[in-house]
Amino acid sequence: MEKKWEEMSADEKQEAQFQKLLSPKDPGGNDLKFQSPEAKANYQAAITRLKVAIQLKKTPDRVPVTIFPSMFPFTYAGMNLQEAMYDYDRCVAGFKKFVLDFKPDIHFGAAGPGPGKFYEILNYKLYAWPGHGVAPTSSYQCLEGEYMKAEEYDLLITDPSFYFRNFYLPRVFGALEPWSMLPPLTGILEMYGVAFSFIPFGLPPVQGAYKALLEAGAEALKWAMAVGGVDGELATLGFPNVLGGFTKAPFDTIGDTLRGTKGIMVDMYRRPDKLLEALEAITPIMINLGLGAAQQTGKPFIFMPLHKGADGFLSDEQFKTFYWPTLKKVILGLIEGGCIPFPAAEGGYNTRLKFLKDLPKGKTLWMFDQTDIVKAKGIVGNTLCIFGNVPSAMLNLSTPQEVKDYCKKLIDTVAKGGGFIMANGAFFDEAKPENVKAMVDFTKEYGMHK
Amino acid sequence: MAKDLVKTLADLKEKEALKIVEDRLSAGEDPLKILDDAKRALEIVGKRFSDCEYFIPDLVYAGEILKAITERVKPKIAKGAEVKRIGKVVIGTVAGDIHDIGKDIVVFMLDVNGFEVFDLGIDVPAQKFVDKIKETNSKVVGLSGFLTLAFDSMKETVEAIKKAGLRDKVKIMIGGGQIDDQVKGFAGADAYGKDAMAAVTLAKGWIGG
Repeated sequence: MEKKWEEMSADEKQEAQFQKLLSPKDPGGNDLKFQSPEAKANYQAAITRLKVAIQLKKTPDRVPVTIFPSMFPFTYAGMNLQEAMYDYDRCVAGFKKFVLDFKPDIHFGAAGPGPGKFYEILNYKLYAWPGHGVAPTSSYQCLEGEYMKAEEYDLLITDPSFYFRNFYLPRVFGALEPWSMLPPLTGILEMYGVAFSFIPFGLPPVQGAYKALLEAGAEALKWAMAVGGVDGELATLGFPNVLGGFTKAPFDTIGDTLRGTKGIMVDMYRRPDKLLEALEAITPIMINLGLGAAQQTGKPFIFMPLHKGADGFLSDEQFKTFYWPTLKKVILGLIEGGCIPFPAAEGGYNTRLKFLKDLPKGKTLWMFDQTDIVKAKGIVGNTLCIFGNVPSAMLNLSTPQEVKDYCKKLIDTVAKGGGFIMANGAFFDEAKPENVKAMVDFTKEYGMHK
Repeated sequence: MAKDLVKTLADLKEKEALKIVEDRLSAGEDPLKILDDAKRALEIVGKRFSDCEYFIPDLVYAGEILKAITERVKPKIAKGAEVKRIGKVVIGTVAGDIHDIGKDIVVFMLDVNGFEVFDLGIDVPAQKFVDKIKETNSKVVGLSGFLTLAFDSMKETVEAIKKAGLRDKVKIMIGGGQIDDQVKGFAGADAYGKDAMAAVTLAKGWIGG
């Protein structure tokens, strides 16, 4: 008798999620038709290898290897980043070439560049992107600012959705500026007065915003079909995408795009209580963001790019007070819901490893960049699966032999006993293809566990 | 006598520090003396950062307090009175890259440590660095970058400086998220600095002071 999802333990949910990954379906809900028995075997082996590495109970047949780049697949395929953002067919064709040429065990999809035209329709102001503030060859880059003002904490804490719709989104999307006129939905209560709440929707600027929204939605869908299509095709060829969605550490949510780096750093001194209250207020929202995405995509890995908790960015005390408590809650909430949190500790995380030891064993995957991962293995090797950390500089500037030497060192040390996935440490737009190839091929050859 | 501004500011006590500044101003004290104390306090902040006692938020907050102090003190400074500078530094985020948080912290720490900093901003073409070096006669150049594409931009900038015949006249330091000693070698720079205080140490080592 099968248990209901709600009755399952976190262990059982994780197991069920892996079983789902192991028996993939096509968009019609039927068993996925692989293009060859070999493709099917590769697919199953990749998922099994990943599962064993994450659960930390056994050693996988060999060290799993993957590539989690930023814009490299597209520069590699010979297009500039503007083309990757505006020509969806070329974007996914380039991504397919990347996966088939390098053959990583798993991949993370072609969603990186995103739909250029969509950003234009909504007049997205939070980023500069190729042709809009940076050269066609540059990747998109965040335009940091205080999109949330210091005195707006109470608004965010009281009703985050209302705050986002009426304050934050109108500031970061030019086309949604009229949303600042919208009434709270929670005022729609009974017959008397119900129509008052709908008056703003009759105003021409608001109607214009909704027109842009419909157009943007259609564009996003068009892009999603292309990106989803290549995922499906690559799966039939034996290359699974396991990424279910993304969420963030609450401190980064507020610090990256709401208050900005400087804003949140100063808030720790000037209004610490408000900041702590806001972090708690958005924690369940960050958990649900991940759980919802996993449910929608049917994939359990929830990516969490971690920014402002890196070594040097906060003191131990600040990390312990402001960053870690709500990040930990998000991670535990995702695990409870059957997801596999996949945080990327950008920068160094050497001083934070002692905190990570508190996490439940065999439930998370951590991408490390400039962290000493040989040391990390000793501290958190029994807690979490380590992912990384071939440096960007090495992929760009070294020789294939140097890359192999580095990978050998990782396999001999960090991969001992399992719990390790070979990959790049940070997101990269450029690299010598032969170096990326060396990382993958050498790991497949040398990384067979005895 | 009011409490010690140097200690209060170095300990990042914003309200107390501003109160001391206002008291001293209304007592008719030389505003340059107040700025001098503030500068000494920021040197302590920088040292605490180097000693891993302070972290980036402490630098940022110290900068905010200093800004508030300067706003109060500046209007009272007599025209012509100037703070002595120990040397000039040209700095910017290289072409194609628009990240500025790290660079801004470096600019701030160089500034409070006595350098005259010419901040060219973000996405700076190589030629603009060359022009500014010529114009200011700066001895130190700082190149910042966060993306992997910055590796090439840094190399191109160093080459442009070389082509202009200025390579022997300047020392070039680089820094940023994915930058390391290997990138330094690739770009042909003189040094890689891990953080803002490393930049100060490098610049002081090259210029003296």
